[in-house]
Amino acid sequence: MYTVTLEGRGDLCEWRDAARMLLQAGVEPGEVVWQTPDAAGGLFADVPKNLPRPGAQRKAVSVPPDFLKLAGAVVCHSDPRRFSLLYRLLVRLARDRNTLAMAADADVVEARQMAKSVGRDYHKMTAFVRFKESPLPTDTAGRRRFIAWFEPDHFIVERVAPFFQRRFNDMDWLIATPQGSASWDGETLLTSTEPAEKPDLKDKTDDLWRTYYASIFNPARLKVKAMTAEMPKKYWKNLPEAELIPGLIANAERSVLEMAARAASEPLPFHHRLQEAAANAPPVDTAPAGTLEAVRQEARHCTRCTLHCMATQTVFGQGPEQARVMVVGEQPGDQEDLAGKPFVGPAGQVFNDVLREVGMDRRSLYVTNAVKHFKYEARGKRRIHQKPNHGEIQQCRWWLKQELDYVKPKLIIAMGATAFFALTDEKQKLADVRSKPLTMEDGQILFVTVHPSYLLRIPDPELKAKELMRFREDLESVHRLAAGFA
Amino acid sequence: MKKSLKDRLAILSDAAKYDASCASSGTVRRSSEKSGGLGSTEGSGICHAYAPDGRCISLLKILLTNFCIYDCAYCINRSSSNVERARFSVEEVIWLTLEFYRRNYIEGLFLSSGIIRSSDHTMEEMVRIARELRTTHNFRGYIHLKSIPEASPHLIEEAGLYADRLSLNIELPTDAGITRYAPEKHPEGIRRSMGALRLKIEEMSEATLQTKRRRRFAPAGQSTQMIVGADGANDATILGTSARLYGSYGLKRVYYSAFSPIPDSSKNLPLIKPPLMREHRLYQADWLYRFYGFDIGEITSARADGMLDLDLDPKLAWALGHRDRFPVDVNRADREMLLRVPGLGTKTVKGILSARRFSRLRLGDLKRIGVSLKKVQPFITAEGWTPHRLVDRPDLRAMFEPKPEQLSLL
Repeated sequence: MYTVTLEGRGDLCEWRDAARMLLQAGVEPGEVVWQTPDAAGGLFADVPKNLPRPGAQRKAVSVPPDFLKLAGAVVCHSDPRRFSLLYRLLVRLARDRNTLAMAADADVVEARQMAKSVGRDYHKMTAFVRFKESPLPTDTAGRRRFIAWFEPDHFIVERVAPFFQRRFNDMDWLIATPQGSASWDGETLLTSTEPAEKPDLKDKTDDLWRTYYASIFNPARLKVKAMTAEMPKKYWKNLPEAELIPGLIANAERSVLEMAARAASEPLPFHHRLQEAAANAPPVDTAPAGTLEAVRQEARHCTRCTLHCMATQTVFGQGPEQARVMVVGEQPGDQEDLAGKPFVGPAGQVFNDVLREVGMDRRSLYVTNAVKHFKYEARGKRRIHQKPNHGEIQQCRWWLKQELDYVKPKLIIAMGATAFFALTDEKQKLADVRSKPLTMEDGQILFVTVHPSYLLRIPDPELKAKELMRFREDLESVHRLAAGFA
Repeated sequence: MKKSLKDRLAILSDAAKYDASCASSGTVRRSSEKSGGLGSTEGSGICHAYAPDGRCISLLKILLTNFCIYDCAYCINRSSSNVERARFSVEEVIWLTLEFYRRNYIEGLFLSSGIIRSSDHTMEEMVRIARELRTTHNFRGYIHLKSIPEASPHLIEEAGLYADRLSLNIELPTDAGITRYAPEKHPEGIRRSMGALRLKIEEMSEATLQTKRRRRFAPAGQSTQMIVGADGANDATILGTSARLYGSYGLKRVYYSAFSPIPDSSKNLPLIKPPLMREHRLYQADWLYRFYGFDIGEITSARADGMLDLDLDPKLAWALGHRDRFPVDVNRADREMLLRVPGLGTKTVKGILSARRFSRLRLGDLKRIGVSLKKVQPFITAEGWTPHRLVDRPDLRAMFEPKPEQLSLL
């Protein structure tokens, strides 16, 4: 039997050095007793001298990084069995490096639980430490000083200290605990494992904090268990706000009943003044009736079909009212829906690129869609485009028709079958009507091509290049046709 | 007589408590270690205290003022209410934030405001607070700003440079509800603002051409809140709206807030005990949608009235309605199916997938991984365990239902 005495105040190194020596000497977990000075009757940390000599081929001990992380947390635990548990795991790891992945293994589970408990203690310390200001003597300039008293369950002061350094850089502070203390003066972070005494300090800001705590509490939703699960009573004695808790709980029901008993009172005069001002405010939509702008404003509130329920906004056409050429697409997509402008997403990008290549200026075109709201299916964090149905297209024709009436384009470009149907009320195979000027009832020229989003969906690069070329040829034809109306 | 700071703190935090959001998580890691100054964010949030309502107190959640020109029926600060009114100066909010932060009471500031004069005027003051905290006081803690609907884009843009999170409350799940209870608010305006914010966040997260660096803009994203139980919307409608908001605007969170009686309440609203259990079930359903691969339709289809079962959690309710999918073999089933087993969570599923590479799992193994056996037993098979006909028992539901208890009036 070997006895190892460790300080046992959260220092991984002392355990690691001892464990490495034992492992190299081939000592089995059952042959070691681990203890701390208090259990050993005040003996100092000590490692047995009578270890068997390691064999000539003294092997380097290597463990997975995950184990060192785990061990770093477990040694901080206050359970006296932590050292033997870790040594048992170390010996097992030396034989099988996968040991830690055995999520249902008793040793692994216990070690993980200890680490979790230390993690919780760490987290609660970052949450429940309360600094109190210790004012500088009058006439002294310098950094402000704060002191806190906290009682952690485990040996975590050294582990948590860097957190407070990262956070409270521009002030001096000291955190005292029965397990040691940590302090920061702007230059050095000092930690000690010496048990500290509870300082006696008052801070008048605590009173404001208590005011906040009492006011942010909603007595109509009393859930005491939910509170104590996260803020157990053992922490209350060092929390300035906790002294209010019993009173808040005791009075909760009464204050809710009182609130309910009070009937709503009559509003004060300023409310009536506000209401009057609002009633007399000029309407927001101010474009004179009988203009395209007035139609655009009216369309913002369109509820002709159900698509408005899901979409962000109506995406109306854009471009000069005197444009000779009008381009009609299918419907706004994800990006268009957010921006409120047609053809600004990926398909719009393709459209813009090809326009530039054939030498057309998008600013001279009136660009719109057959359907003015984005239709989609919500799938997780994404919106998947859905084709508008005939009913929706027919309802939205109301707006398209008015755009046509006001803009009076000489040439209309229908991109895709939806646009063609919206403009002509005819169902045709796109291939049969594509790439040639057609004359509409009132003499306007209609030119049909594909929707640029079709080009984005072609997986085969060769076919894609070919189709892109055809689309470019179509827009070249459009360019020539448009020049004829100049 | 001017009210003292303490009195105004009481009024303006009381006025802010109906906003459920308190998260201080999801932002970038920052610290004052190298930069000097005060404050840090660690990725995950910290709750510095809990009130007896079970809610965490992470941020100093206050209003700049509770004067408001809007008259939203559900809101304690509506113009027709006779609550006591107060306002902070910009300097007071900054002072409170820094002094509270130094004493480690809080993670940062959650600032909202009633709307005074105009949306832009209000937003400007809020942005000024965030800007001065960051630039003058080198404050590196968490800042959550409520964006005021209809505020100008340039103010929202500036807000995003200083704040970790921006939020805009939709408050009611349907446009009709908003129009009825919040007559001055415009649903399409709220949607447009959320859409614009998503575009801005995406634009700023693209690396710039010259510096190849991503700029920081509202790194903890945007969130919203819906009030539950003020209007007649059912759970299917509420969750449908959530799904739309998550999908459309990339929201980090949708908060559900059980409508709670407010002082001097509007006559149009029910003065009832807040539906806390309903709120809880909505959060569970929201989780199933975001992390467990459930569709909203699957979660809400169990009942014809579109409400979630108050007695059973939504996953258990789904499992009881789909008994043909069970029992699930924990030693063979894929991750997607394991996630659908009542009693298994994302962590325990991860543990099961890891542990079963080494041995066939028995109930004891599951218990050690942290699974509640009572709940999963009828729905799984494991080495040495089959539920026999347990999953087909007609009284299976009754085994999980809460015991009847006498309820108090309030």
